[in-house]
Amino acid sequence: DIRNTVGNIPMEWYQDFPHIGYDLEGKRIYKPIRNKDELDKFLEKMENPDYWRTVQDKMTGADIKLTDEQVDLVHRLQKGQFGDVHFNPYEPAIDFFTHEVMIHPVTNRPADKRSFIPSLIEKEKVSKLVHAIKMGWIKPRKPKEDTPTYYDLWAHEDPNSILGRHKMHVPAPKMKLPGHEESYNPPPEYLLSEEEKLAWEQQEPAERRLNFVPQQYRCLRAVPAYPRFIQERFERCLDLYLCPRQRKMRVNVDPEDLIPKLPKPRDLQPFPTTQALVYRGHSSLVRCITVSPSGQWLASGTAPRRHQTLRRCRSCSGASLHASSEQSVLLVNPCLGDKLLYGATDQVLESYVPPEEERVQPVQWLTATSEEHGRGIRLTVQHSKALKQVTWHGKGDYFATVVADNSNMQVLVHQTSKRWSQNPFRKSKGMVQCVLFHPIRPYFFVATQRYVRVYNLLKQELTKKLMANCKWVSSMAIHPAGDNVICGSYDSKLAWFDLDLSTRPYQLLRHHRKALRSVAFHKHYPLFASGSDDGTVIVCHGMVYNDLLQNPLLVPVKVLKGHALTLDLGVLDVVFHPTQPWVFSSGADGTVRLYT
Amino acid sequence: VRHSQHRARPCAPTGPLGVQLSPHPSLRRRLCILKGIYPHEPKHKKKVNKGSTAPRTFYLLKDIKFLLHEPIVNKFREYKIFVRKLRKAYGKSEWGTAERLKDNKPTYKLDHIVKERYPTFVDALRDLDDALSMCFLFSTFPRTGKCHVQTIQLCRRLAVEFLNFIIASRSLRKVFLSIKGIYYQAEVLGQPITWITPYAFSHDHPTDVDYRVMATFTEFYTTLLGFVNFRLYHSLNLHYPPKIDGQAEVELKPAEGKEYAMDSESYLEKLSALSASLARVVAPTQEDDVEMDEFPVEGETAEQMDARKKEQEALEKHKKLFEGLRFFLNREVPREPLAFVIRCFGGQVSWDKSLCIGATYDVSDPSITHQIVDRPRVEQQVVGRYYLQPQWVFDSVNAKLCLPVADYFPGVLLPPHLSPFVTEQEGDYIPPEKLKLLAMQRGEDPGEESEEEEEEEEDDDNDKDEEEEDESEKEEEIKLKKMEEQKTQSNKALPVKVTAGKVRLEDKQRLEQEQQSEEKRLAIMMMKKREKYLYKKIMFGKKRKIREV
Repeated sequence: DIRNTVGNIPMEWYQDFPHIGYDLEGKRIYKPIRNKDELDKFLEKMENPDYWRTVQDKMTGADIKLTDEQVDLVHRLQKGQFGDVHFNPYEPAIDFFTHEVMIHPVTNRPADKRSFIPSLIEKEKVSKLVHAIKMGWIKPRKPKEDTPTYYDLWAHEDPNSILGRHKMHVPAPKMKLPGHEESYNPPPEYLLSEEEKLAWEQQEPAERRLNFVPQQYRCLRAVPAYPRFIQERFERCLDLYLCPRQRKMRVNVDPEDLIPKLPKPRDLQPFPTTQALVYRGHSSLVRCITVSPSGQWLASGTAPRRHQTLRRCRSCSGASLHASSEQSVLLVNPCLGDKLLYGATDQVLESYVPPEEERVQPVQWLTATSEEHGRGIRLTVQHSKALKQVTWHGKGDYFATVVADNSNMQVLVHQTSKRWSQNPFRKSKGMVQCVLFHPIRPYFFVATQRYVRVYNLLKQELTKKLMANCKWVSSMAIHPAGDNVICGSYDSKLAWFDLDLSTRPYQLLRHHRKALRSVAFHKHYPLFASGSDDGTVIVCHGMVYNDLLQNPLLVPVKVLKGHALTLDLGVLDVVFHPTQPWVFSSGADGTVRLYT
Repeated sequence: VRHSQHRARPCAPTGPLGVQLSPHPSLRRRLCILKGIYPHEPKHKKKVNKGSTAPRTFYLLKDIKFLLHEPIVNKFREYKIFVRKLRKAYGKSEWGTAERLKDNKPTYKLDHIVKERYPTFVDALRDLDDALSMCFLFSTFPRTGKCHVQTIQLCRRLAVEFLNFIIASRSLRKVFLSIKGIYYQAEVLGQPITWITPYAFSHDHPTDVDYRVMATFTEFYTTLLGFVNFRLYHSLNLHYPPKIDGQAEVELKPAEGKEYAMDSESYLEKLSALSASLARVVAPTQEDDVEMDEFPVEGETAEQMDARKKEQEALEKHKKLFEGLRFFLNREVPREPLAFVIRCFGGQVSWDKSLCIGATYDVSDPSITHQIVDRPRVEQQVVGRYYLQPQWVFDSVNAKLCLPVADYFPGVLLPPHLSPFVTEQEGDYIPPEKLKLLAMQRGEDPGEESEEEEEEEEDDDNDKDEEEEDESEKEEEIKLKKMEEQKTQSNKALPVKVTAGKVRLEDKQRLEQEQQSEEKRLAIMMMKKREKYLYKKIMFGKKRKIREV
């Protein structure tokens, strides 16, 4: 009997030792000598008839041949049977409790006393319940209501039950009824194309026109469930109780009725309609143009820099021009036209007698040298700063200049015959954009960025302040009769002021799409024109009536196109022909165009 | 009336009105839903909102006070207390207390709210659209989670009752198979009632939906629908709760054979089969259809009277669209919608016995005139009946006449299914199919070929299939011919003329047109800002329409 005493340990621990444990006396139990190789094992397997019932005992390492009983036991256990052959799992059960009432008790224990007397615990519980019922803590079971769930609710429709709140009630709008595109088999034109589908996917869910993609199915069997059905119902619920309701009046107007009824342009002729001539010659922008009083000559000025302008003198002689360069105004006699006229101009300029005492002037008046005289220049008015604008008084003796400055020296008024300049303002009222003399009365218009101030030159006071209602006034023109002023602005508005009516614009015209550069009135015809950066000149009919009660009639009559856009600039200056219903315009494309 | 663009978040509605409505927003929400209180858009939003322009919801003070006077608020409180007590009892394992509490469970009724919101019956009918859609949706919910089983059962019952009423009164007018579901429109007491039912699939329940809100709505809607059903049934002298006609019941009994389900359940099942007619309180007599006396309305000319009469006749005809036809539904077609629609127009309908209870006749019945099939082809065709796709039924109902069957044979590419709810105004795009249909309704071009076809088919059914093919070929030929003719016509009609005089004339016209358009442009320039904005909006809408066309 070899008994290993190592206990219940993994036997691998003894793998590398020659022994496999220790016996009762503490001596090593050696492993049986195993010098069989694979071939021996195989031969044994083939030859030994008991190989299949030989197992190795892990504890001793010895081979053991199983007896027949042991093999039998293994078989039975494998089959899930009991190990013991003689055990009968299906023995008949013997009932201890039967349905038959026996005359003798099963136990012989006598009954307790407490089974004969009322229970104290129960009594306590009952008294608690009774107390609770008495105190009203426990309510007895409610009787079942036997009214039917549904009955004729509107059996007695009472007209008095329609209260004010029902009249005030705004019923929820019904759900939108589905169109053809929602069909499971819509006409093919309602299906979205690939791009439309892509666009639909990229849109926000709120801004989609359809909240689904139209789809086509071959037959009804192929139609799947709509995945957003519950969501849509839920959204409808939210709409019903969370959306503010209000009655909206639908505008049901014919758009044609909205268009104002204006006299037809055909009835308001003459006005320029077609482009007649294009004057080329300038290589860069033509900043300004002017026409001689006879209408025979046209002077144009180019401007690499901003402050080179060219203005015409409308003197009594009428043939003198002036040109202003960077900082000086040049009075030029171009010696064109009637010889008598331009001779008289020279005479006026030369008739200057210097005063006895020299007065302090803001500018310098210089007589032209002989070389300059030959080029037509007669006088030079030297300013200290760059010039923005020059404008002549109607009589031709005075002219005003605007200097690019922020001080009170912005506007200067010059008298040619006395070669004398003065600064009319003591204080600066903002950036002056342009100035104008009233054609008849002694008024002087000064346009700052947002306002046009009208000064009385005789009384030396502010008469009016016109609110232009636009951000930045660019140009200004006055009606020959003197009662109406138009202002163009860089925010593409044109304001028409009726000086007798109000200081606010009589009308704001938003005809142009881009900034207005220049506006002009015609001297005789009821026309005015505006040139803008969008390359168009818009000619409007602006009839002013002698009757003070009748408002001026403004009708746009023609949109003249022709100038090409360069450097985002279009038309820079607009001038009417003095006698004919023609308009000249100069543009950034280096051309001057005549429309007749 | 329209909804404003934004919908403030549900948690927002505290209101600047200073009234603390209730401590719990959920109670407030329920009250608002039940009482139909909705926010208002204040006239001066900034003023009311203390200078802020943040989107908030504003209620009228009047409305809030009105809510506070509602007796149901106390009931809600009682219910809340009950739930608390019950939870406590369960927590302490006091089963007796729990039982007792359950017995005394507080209940509330919404009858008075329904009456208050809809003082007249017609008011209630006007607002029935959402109620029906919601009930039909809830009746398809699974009986697990999401909401109470009782609610689902009640919804199903009410929906089935309503369907039965529509069948009994024959008031269905339009049906539309959309990708979202099936739209029905019925006319009850002159009120159009539209509702949508989902296709019979299990729902993929979304997570971004608050089912409590929907359940509150459904609670109100079921009450409303129940009362409306009661009234409607009584207006037709029908029993409410509905009873199946005695005869039909007898017919149904042997079909079952053995115990089908619990009595209460099987009754609803039988009702929802929609195949049996309902019992009347007073037995209908033959003279039920008394001709209406005609009272001439003042200020109505004879022409108008005639038109009305004609309309009435057309309506009567429409109601009897399927009268005398016997349908059989194959098992792959949606049974309930089809049975409902067919029965609404007087047709008889049956299905396979194993498909649903209430089948009245078998496939082999020789009297069947139409069999609705949704398979590419039918294996064994019985002679003497049309095999049609389900769209035929719906299209016929919408067209108010039995359409030619040739387009709807199994496996045929179906003609488009158009929405009956669209009425095209002038200038709108009308699909060609609709034009064809309109012409057919006017009786201009009812398709002589197709009629002939029908007759022929009725005459000799034996070689039907071959003939069908022949006819389809014929049709194609005819179509081709027509197209060719059109082409040649269009070729001839092209205004290609080279004479100089003509060209000048056209130029003149064009010049005039140009001048006119320029005048218009100039006039538009002179419009005031606000008018210009309006004008541009209108023109944009018009242009978009044209573009879409």
